[in-house]
Amino acid sequence: MARVRRGRPRTALEALSLRWLPVSGWPWRSAGYLLTTLPMAVPPFVVLAIPWLVLLARLAAGNYQPGGIVVLVLLGVAMTAAFGPLVAPPLARLERLRLRLVDTRPTGTDDQDPTWPGVGFPRPGSEPNRPLSRLRVRYTSPATWREVAYAWLLGTVAPALTLAVLLVVLMLATFLASPFLILAQPPGGAPVALGFGSAETVAEAVPYAIAGILALPLIPYLLTLAAGGHAAVARALLSGDQTERLRAELVEVAQSRLRLADAFEAERRRIERDLHDGAQQKLVSLTLHLGLARLDLPPDSPAAVSVATAHEQAKQLMNELRQLIHGIRPQILTDLGLPAALGELADQSPVPVTVDADLSGRLPSQLEHTAYFVAAEALTNVAKHSGATSATVTVRQRGTVLSLEIADNGRGGADPSRGSGLTGLADRVAVAGGRLLLSSPDGGPTVLRVELPCHRNQPSSE
Amino acid sequence: MPSQPAIIRVVIAEDGVLLREGLAGLLERFGFQTVASVGDAEALRNAVATHAPDLVITDIRMPPSYTDEGLRAAVELRRAHPGLAVIALSQYVQHRYAADLLDSGDGRGVGYLLKDRVVDVEDFVAALRRVVAGGTAVDPHVISRLLRRRRDPLSALSPREREVLALMAEGHSNAAIARQLVVSEAAVGKHVGNILTKLHLPQTEDTNRRVLAVLAYLRSDDQGAGPAGVGLDGTRP
Repeated sequence: MARVRRGRPRTALEALSLRWLPVSGWPWRSAGYLLTTLPMAVPPFVVLAIPWLVLLARLAAGNYQPGGIVVLVLLGVAMTAAFGPLVAPPLARLERLRLRLVDTRPTGTDDQDPTWPGVGFPRPGSEPNRPLSRLRVRYTSPATWREVAYAWLLGTVAPALTLAVLLVVLMLATFLASPFLILAQPPGGAPVALGFGSAETVAEAVPYAIAGILALPLIPYLLTLAAGGHAAVARALLSGDQTERLRAELVEVAQSRLRLADAFEAERRRIERDLHDGAQQKLVSLTLHLGLARLDLPPDSPAAVSVATAHEQAKQLMNELRQLIHGIRPQILTDLGLPAALGELADQSPVPVTVDADLSGRLPSQLEHTAYFVAAEALTNVAKHSGATSATVTVRQRGTVLSLEIADNGRGGADPSRGSGLTGLADRVAVAGGRLLLSSPDGGPTVLRVELPCHRNQPSSE
Repeated sequence: MPSQPAIIRVVIAEDGVLLREGLAGLLERFGFQTVASVGDAEALRNAVATHAPDLVITDIRMPPSYTDEGLRAAVELRRAHPGLAVIALSQYVQHRYAADLLDSGDGRGVGYLLKDRVVDVEDFVAALRRVVAGGTAVDPHVISRLLRRRRDPLSALSPREREVLALMAEGHSNAAIARQLVVSEAAVGKHVGNILTKLHLPQTEDTNRRVLAVLAYLRSDDQGAGPAGVGLDGTRP
């Protein structure tokens, strides 16, 4: 940490290696950090440390009464366990802010703590809006207990060390000032206490003052070292393990991606419903009326021509709208589920397709659509590139895995890197947390297998 | 507009109000009498019980589950009222639906059409009349998809025979097929005979063989359509 680095130091410890440290801002920032440590130590001291300190004091006084020790230890543990998780997180927030004084690296944010509204993501299974659940999360999160450990140190060790450092500084200051203090005193006053000794005359005080002057350049280093050490501990305990954080973030990103995909799926269903229940119904009715009007007009009248044209155009529009709705989300998939929709897909394929879908019920809506999309894309590829004369689609559910296999007897040689829509498929499968396996040797056959996680408690198609 | 000897009494079941009213208007225009318009399968059963209509036009997808209530009601009604003509309207092609319907009551007086068909007003009314007269009406879309699949034993049919089968499946008579293909009725008869032979259908005098021919394909198509598919014997597991 304290090795020479190129560029500006980012922490107090790194700043120790600066040649111009004494004239830089770091000692001042460190002093600020140390001074603010003392008031910050009061709450954890009160809540967490008192039983332990009483215990220490008793032991130091030679009182080894076992009953008292047990009571104090139990009290200390109980207070830490009960109040620690309540006190530590808000304290940790303040400490992370304070850490910026001596550590300019981005501090750990509070996204590990889902109990703060507006920050971070709720953990899976937690309901952050319910106080009980929030408490449960707080008491069970490892991050919270690291914060408790920090709070404990902040209430005990930190103030002791800080006071020691400040005393040393104060002592050196007194050394420096000692000749003046003696001069300022009325003659015959009390001797000035100077650390290990005392001085009554200026002459006696001068060696102390010289020692103080010599030691003066060390003060910035002392302050910076003390603050830097404290900050390193704070960072270690408050910003968590980097790998763990990355992993947590990755999980959150994956989850948010899934949530996004779910939201898109819900939106698709809504649009499909709206179009189907609204525009499509009206259009059918309109076209029907045009068809009726057409019958009642004399065939050679100009109106008949216009109405006939309008009728034809309305019919075209009906077709286009139907295809549009189908593209958004096939209604047969919404109504009847995956096997029926795959049957329809197979019908539309120019290559004869056999569908073998053995499912015991409806799947979650998002999953149905992903599986359908995979099959549709795969069958399109089969028709476009494979030269196959037959294909099969096999769907199976084993436990929490839905597997979908599309096999054809074509020429093989499918290569995802040549942009045949396979990349898009893989993306779509990855979003759903699944995986895609492709076997397509030159000469065929090609087998595309997709495995998707299937949890029945996801929002299901009714 | 040809007038019918007796007024055909119709019950409409369709949950979309606009289409329901549109259908009622269309029927009125062609001299049908709409005795009831309802919006779900339960009301359809009640209406049929109350009014004893000649024809039921029902949407397949209706509340509350929006899957196949209308179809199930239609099959049920045909079992309970053997003479009742039923036309089911569907939003999409589902061969199982067509097969289930054609299975009920020997495939007489039954139709399966895509909803969009109603806008071709005259064709639609012709299909209605055909079904009321005891014929069948299967949506051309269903047929064309079946024929495109070129499966055995369909592959044994010549292109002309496939054309004839398609028209047959839609519910047209030999005379109508002859008119459409601009050939003699005798030639159509010969094609139909060939088709039945190639499909291994019994050469009896039963006029229903035509329907069986269509059914054979609707069923053969159902393999792999899921656990609820129709088996080759026409029973649902």
